[in-house]
Amino acid sequence: MKRLSRYRRHKAVAPLLLFFALLTIGATFSVANAATSAEKTSADRSVQIEEGRQIFLKGCSSCHGLNAEGAQIAPSLIGVGAASVDFQVGTGRMPMADMSAQAMRKDPIYDAEETAALAAYVASLSPGPDIPAESSLNYERDGSTAEGGELFRNNCAMCHNFAGQGGALTQGKYAPTLMGVEPKHIYEAMVTGPQSMPVFSDKTITPGEKMSIIKWIKSAEKEPNLGGASLGRVGPVTEGLLGWVLGLGILIGVAVWLAMKVR
Amino acid sequence: MSNEIEAIKDPGLPAHVHRKTDTDPAAANRAERQVAILFGVSALGTVLLIASYFIPDDIFIFIPIMGNQNAHQLGLGLGMAISLFFIGLGAIHWAKTLMPDTEVVAQRHEFRSPDSDRKEFVEAVKSGAAASGLGRRSLIKRSLGAALGLSALSPLLLLRDLGPLPGKELEKTTWKSGTYLVTDPGNRRIKASDLEVGAVAQVLPEIADPEHRKLSDIAKDAVLLIRLRPQEFNLEADRLAMTHDGIIAFSKICSHMGCAVALYEQQTKHLLCPCHQSTFDVSRAAKVIFGPSARPLPQLDITIDQEGYLVARQPFSEPVGPSFWERNSQ
Amino acid sequence: MTTEARLGSVANFVDERTGGAAWMKKNLQKVFPDHWSFLLGEVALYSFVILLLSGTFLTFWFDPSQREVIYEGSYEPLEGIKMSAAYASALHISFEVRGGLLMRQIHHWAALIFMAAIVAHMMRVFFTGAFRKPREGNWIIGIGLLTLGIVEGFLGYSLPDDLLSGTGVRIAEAIIQALPVVGSYLAYFAFGGAFPGEAFIPRIYVVHVLLLPGAFLALITAHLMLVWYQKHTQFPGPGRTEKNVVGYPLMPTYMAKAGGFFFIVFGVTAFLGAVASINPIWLYGPYTPGQISAGSQPDWYMGWLDGLVRMAPPIETHAFGHTISWNILVPGLIIPGILFTGMALYPFIESWITGDKREHHLLDRPRNAPNRTALGAMSLTFVLVTLINGGNDIIATHFDLSINQIMWGTRIGVFVLPPLAFVVTKRLCLSLQRADRELVLHGRETGTLIRLPHGEFVEVHEPISPEKAYFLTSHEQAPALELPEVDGRGVKRAHVLRNKLRARMSVANAEAVPKITANDLKEIEHH
Repeated sequence: MKRLSRYRRHKAVAPLLLFFALLTIGATFSVANAATSAEKTSADRSVQIEEGRQIFLKGCSSCHGLNAEGAQIAPSLIGVGAASVDFQVGTGRMPMADMSAQAMRKDPIYDAEETAALAAYVASLSPGPDIPAESSLNYERDGSTAEGGELFRNNCAMCHNFAGQGGALTQGKYAPTLMGVEPKHIYEAMVTGPQSMPVFSDKTITPGEKMSIIKWIKSAEKEPNLGGASLGRVGPVTEGLLGWVLGLGILIGVAVWLAMKVR
Repeated sequence: MSNEIEAIKDPGLPAHVHRKTDTDPAAANRAERQVAILFGVSALGTVLLIASYFIPDDIFIFIPIMGNQNAHQLGLGLGMAISLFFIGLGAIHWAKTLMPDTEVVAQRHEFRSPDSDRKEFVEAVKSGAAASGLGRRSLIKRSLGAALGLSALSPLLLLRDLGPLPGKELEKTTWKSGTYLVTDPGNRRIKASDLEVGAVAQVLPEIADPEHRKLSDIAKDAVLLIRLRPQEFNLEADRLAMTHDGIIAFSKICSHMGCAVALYEQQTKHLLCPCHQSTFDVSRAAKVIFGPSARPLPQLDITIDQEGYLVARQPFSEPVGPSFWERNSQ
Repeated sequence: MTTEARLGSVANFVDERTGGAAWMKKNLQKVFPDHWSFLLGEVALYSFVILLLSGTFLTFWFDPSQREVIYEGSYEPLEGIKMSAAYASALHISFEVRGGLLMRQIHHWAALIFMAAIVAHMMRVFFTGAFRKPREGNWIIGIGLLTLGIVEGFLGYSLPDDLLSGTGVRIAEAIIQALPVVGSYLAYFAFGGAFPGEAFIPRIYVVHVLLLPGAFLALITAHLMLVWYQKHTQFPGPGRTEKNVVGYPLMPTYMAKAGGFFFIVFGVTAFLGAVASINPIWLYGPYTPGQISAGSQPDWYMGWLDGLVRMAPPIETHAFGHTISWNILVPGLIIPGILFTGMALYPFIESWITGDKREHHLLDRPRNAPNRTALGAMSLTFVLVTLINGGNDIIATHFDLSINQIMWGTRIGVFVLPPLAFVVTKRLCLSLQRADRELVLHGRETGTLIRLPHGEFVEVHEPISPEKAYFLTSHEQAPALELPEVDGRGVKRAHVLRNKLRARMSVANAEAVPKITANDLKEIEHH
């Protein structure tokens, strides 16, 4: 012991002590954390909210304002709810890549934990739509494909096209394709009405009906093209193009061959 | 040298160049074999067609570019295509290589008949017409004209029952004072509090037998319900009175050519018709801001009942849908 | 009995009753000129036959009724949905009838190819001047076939009563309804009452499978008989004159080629029907007026009409309690009416401008008729611009553009681009004439350089064959019409304005690079 204390004023002591302190705290924390139940305590939630606020200040406040109150270029996030954030950040739309007509779906910048933190923060500002629980998204069980089709054609096809392939809005905006979208995100979009999309209230389209819509979208996504290659599922434009280029094109080719002299 | 402009002379048909198959019997036999092979491929195509008929129609195979394809369908179609295409290919190859390809010259004949024929034709017509007496006997001419003319009218009369007369039907819809707004589909009454700001709902009038709604009624009754913030409206007082707490209702049938207008852009408050891109500004009573439509969408006067359910206060004040001659659009 | 003897007794049987041998002997030897562009009309003809065959197949299962039924077939996403019997029967053909979907697709692809071939054939006839005397009547029949084809196609794809085609029917109804005075009556008569009613599909079914095919058969027969009787035109060249036809005899060469080509057309159509999905009505859903899909367009041959309607300015007249929808009538009826009438009368318009009343059996190379070719290019540009606007929403989503930009672009483009195309094409034709002239005068550039003794580098030119020289110079270059304002006796001619217009147009029409004559060739021989 006396030997060790001889080095107590060594310059390496402080960093070494710091390192051991951090190690001890970190180990204690992770052990303590692992031991607790899955439900977050309010203390943990506030940690998450604080984490979300930090991410928000760094990545979102420059457009949405320091208190998410909104600015010229970005709307207020007060009251949009965790569902909005989960949708926008989870599909990679936010943060926006550039100030174009609308946010594009792309690879998300934030991982699941960060997204959840952001969502918790924004939800803490003012009540809004919640992220739907996994258990409530069992569209296979709770939805009807045929009912979903009717609802889709009545409420969604006018923007997203009859097969969910997307469609044009005004001034360069567009309703994106619904293919390859997670059921959770489809639900959140219907409930929060992102950007140009209107809100579809749970009273006018019930959660059960929303499940049917999701079931129909998934069934259309999985459905093989029955008559051949799909040509994009956008209708007569691509069909006419193919008819001219491939149909008449091959026939003219054969006609030229037919009239050519043989040596 | 003459001063007359002389065109370059026609050297006549070029000398016939014989094909290999004309001069070399081996080449000709090869061509024959090629034709036979082509016909053979066609036969294989027919075999594929027949075989595919018996493939169960729930088997899918993956084809690059095309994705998962139904084997039965693909087999039938390709079999048919191959069996037909290669008959054609074989026949054309046969004609090109083995059938005579010496160009033949045939003479064109003048179409104009000889003058004597023309004269006789004119004589025949003239004498025939004179013999009929039509020229001289004007009473026959006039009465024939009248009889034929009248008889032509009868088919038109027989077509009268193709449809009822429109009457005032184009100007009326099912909406009346006190008609409840219900969801489409679902036929549930809607409370004003059901809609959040930025929400839309597809709406139809409540009727006694919702299971048997007629398409002809839907074609005039369909309504779109939209909720804005009341301060976002830019309306005259009379139009503002037809809204309820930021909720506004418009006919969903486009005033241009009758497509369903329901593409609502929440942020711009614009309504777009996908048929011809007419764009309507909801905050200004569906005023047309782009596209070929000449009139805004008719607005439905709505209010709530004692329990908060949305209800129409009166019918549409103008005909919905596309214009027509009798429409008073002022 | 040998085959020959058997055939002989059959021939005898027929001839004794009809006297057919004389007619057959002449026509089996009939000569047909051979050029690939002459086969475009055949593509249309064979597509028509394919439409008849595949269409007849479909009639065995299709139920042309708008009676409401509940779907009970095998396609799960539509189970229990209300729809018309017509739509349900079309689904039945697609899912339960073996070969049904294939036949539906062959039928629809054949229709698209039919219309494309008609347009391509019409362009060939126009650009080569094959519509001139004596073939003006056949040209008019052709325009009639084009018009009927557009209508027949529209009615055909409206039969299944799906969401996309039903929307098209709504638009057709709006056009009828917009007609002044009689519009609402005609619409109610056509639909048996209010739109959509239950009478429309059964009625257009009869038009689509009986009346129009009957009209087609009659017009196509007349069209072919005229070609047969007047003999086909031919391209100019050595040995070809206005008074002969050079080609191959009907039997066996032409029969084999033309007959084989029928199988080619059928095969290609069947191939498309096998590998390319078209009109997937089960994805569209049944028609109801309250629904619509983004990106709703008619088939391509009506796309230009849709584009015209989209770009129309929003003009209506509201006066004395009545409404006239110029925004519908002008693009939907008046402009197409003017266009098609102009097209039908074109042979007479052109002969009025040129004053040419002679028969023509030799075709024009397009470059040798610069005004006509430029006019054709102008019309094509117009159709292309309107067609693009017809698909502006699909183009916008796929190329990241805005429908508003495309709309404005085509609104301006439809006025600016066609005259531009006219000028550019005319200049191109005249340049090509100049290039031909160079070729005749100086021969073909071989790309080989030789060095002359005094050091100059010179490219070797190979003289062209006399056949090619004749081909490049055998066309006519008629001077402009002489239309003096006063006649021989000093009396002023009638129709002053009309004659001035005619003279102007005739001068413009006659603009050409003078072709090389034998005199020119003799001159340069002295070099």
